Amino acid sequence: MDSHIETPPDDEHESAYSGLLVNDAHWAFGTDFEDPLAGVDTTIPDGVDAATLGTYALMLGDDSLVMSHRVSEWTSNAPDLEDDIALSNIALDLLGQARLLLARAAKADESLVPVLPEGSPAPPEDALAFFREAHQLRNVRLAELVNGDFAEATVRVLLFSVWRLAVWERLHSSRDHVLAAVAAKGVKELAYHRDYAARWFVTLAQGTDESRRRLLAALEELWPLWPELFDTHPVEAAAAEAGVGVDPATVREAAEGVLDQVLAAADVASPASPRRSGVLGRTGRDGMHGEPLSRMLAEMQSVARAHPRGLW
Amino acid sequence: MILKSRTTERARRVAERVTDPELPMLTLADLGVLRDVDVVADDHVVVDITPTYSGCPAMAAMRDDLVRELRAAGFGTVDVRVSLHPAWTTDWITPRGRAALAAAGISPPGPAPSHDGPIPLTLLPTARQVRCPRCDSPATDLVSEFGSTACKAQYRCASCLEPFDHVKEI
Repeated sequence: MDSHIETPPDDEHESAYSGLLVNDAHWAFGTDFEDPLAGVDTTIPDGVDAATLGTYALMLGDDSLVMSHRVSEWTSNAPDLEDDIALSNIALDLLGQARLLLARAAKADESLVPVLPEGSPAPPEDALAFFREAHQLRNVRLAELVNGDFAEATVRVLLFSVWRLAVWERLHSSRDHVLAAVAAKGVKELAYHRDYAARWFVTLAQGTDESRRRLLAALEELWPLWPELFDTHPVEAAAAEAGVGVDPATVREAAEGVLDQVLAAADVASPASPRRSGVLGRTGRDGMHGEPLSRMLAEMQSVARAHPRGLW
Repeated sequence: MILKSRTTERARRVAERVTDPELPMLTLADLGVLRDVDVVADDHVVVDITPTYSGCPAMAAMRDDLVRELRAAGFGTVDVRVSLHPAWTTDWITPRGRAALAAAGISPPGPAPSHDGPIPLTLLPTARQVRCPRCDSPATDLVSEFGSTACKAQYRCASCLEPFDHVKEI
């Protein structure tokens, strides 16, 4: 009669503790999937400068990492359970992309990876995520802003995904096998993110006076950072020239075409606000960031930095 | 060679039995995640798996489970490699896998969309012919494109009123 409470011997997932008893020590702040690129062809394509490829992958990886972290801050804070789950899923997809891209950056150019205290088991992608200062991150500034309300999250995910999808739809023909594969997978994920945000954009714009007011305020606030997404950094130009990357300026028209469809469906005009300038011409891709990124990193990195040899 | 292929066959059978940690009614073979199993020397086996979603946390568990099961079957060295290309698609879920999902109350995916050129924007809820896995009613509503795991959407049946998961097409 009691046989149903016994753990079936062939079901390896019954006990949450069984995994802790094998495989002893793991790096405390990442997963134990040792190398996300194990078995992947990471040869640098002929004629491609390793530093260019590495820094280009780092830029894309930092966009994912920082955006993922901001979106993940919505977990348990979204207006309802469905959107909490949706935003958490979006953050998770972006984190997975970040992991592959940062691992790619490290494989292409080891000199990018911070040197950790001897005995640290942190894999290179985690060293890049947890042990760099704000000025070493190359993400676009749109990703790093402090979160606002749900309308702000909607507009930010929309702008980010429309732009990124347009870039990645071209990146999947990269001569670099890793970037091509990451992009081919990523476009499917980004299309879900974009459409989710686009539907909420229209819903909020066509909802109540209050939801429309908040949506327009968010668009007004984020619009100045939209043009920066299409700036061509010299590294992006070199990566595009070498056939491994995409010059974001070349996707501007495609991205604006998609965004215009959303604005038209929502009956919202593009704001006229001018672009936010850089500091002496330097923007996110140059490592020039606002103070909120430093605070975000302080929170994200503090435990790993306090325990660089952390095992559990 | 006959001996080697027999060993490979044995390794393959062991690897194919390993189940997905989030969808334990599915084996990795049924899910289409297991791409290749090869015995390269004596007791050294190399397994290729492909991630479902970039951030799917189940990948680490799959790898550990493969290593454990193959070691238990006598393979001393087990390498699990990641195969990123071609990207995983729900079209690789086998008919048996689809039947197992449905039997467990999870609606299996329809055909994955294919695109020539840019993926068009869809502002309306994704149109799918989803039947309730419990009562088979075609009257179902999409609640959210994002569900309990990265690979699922949430639905609700308008007939029996039960909520259920649908594996979304990618």
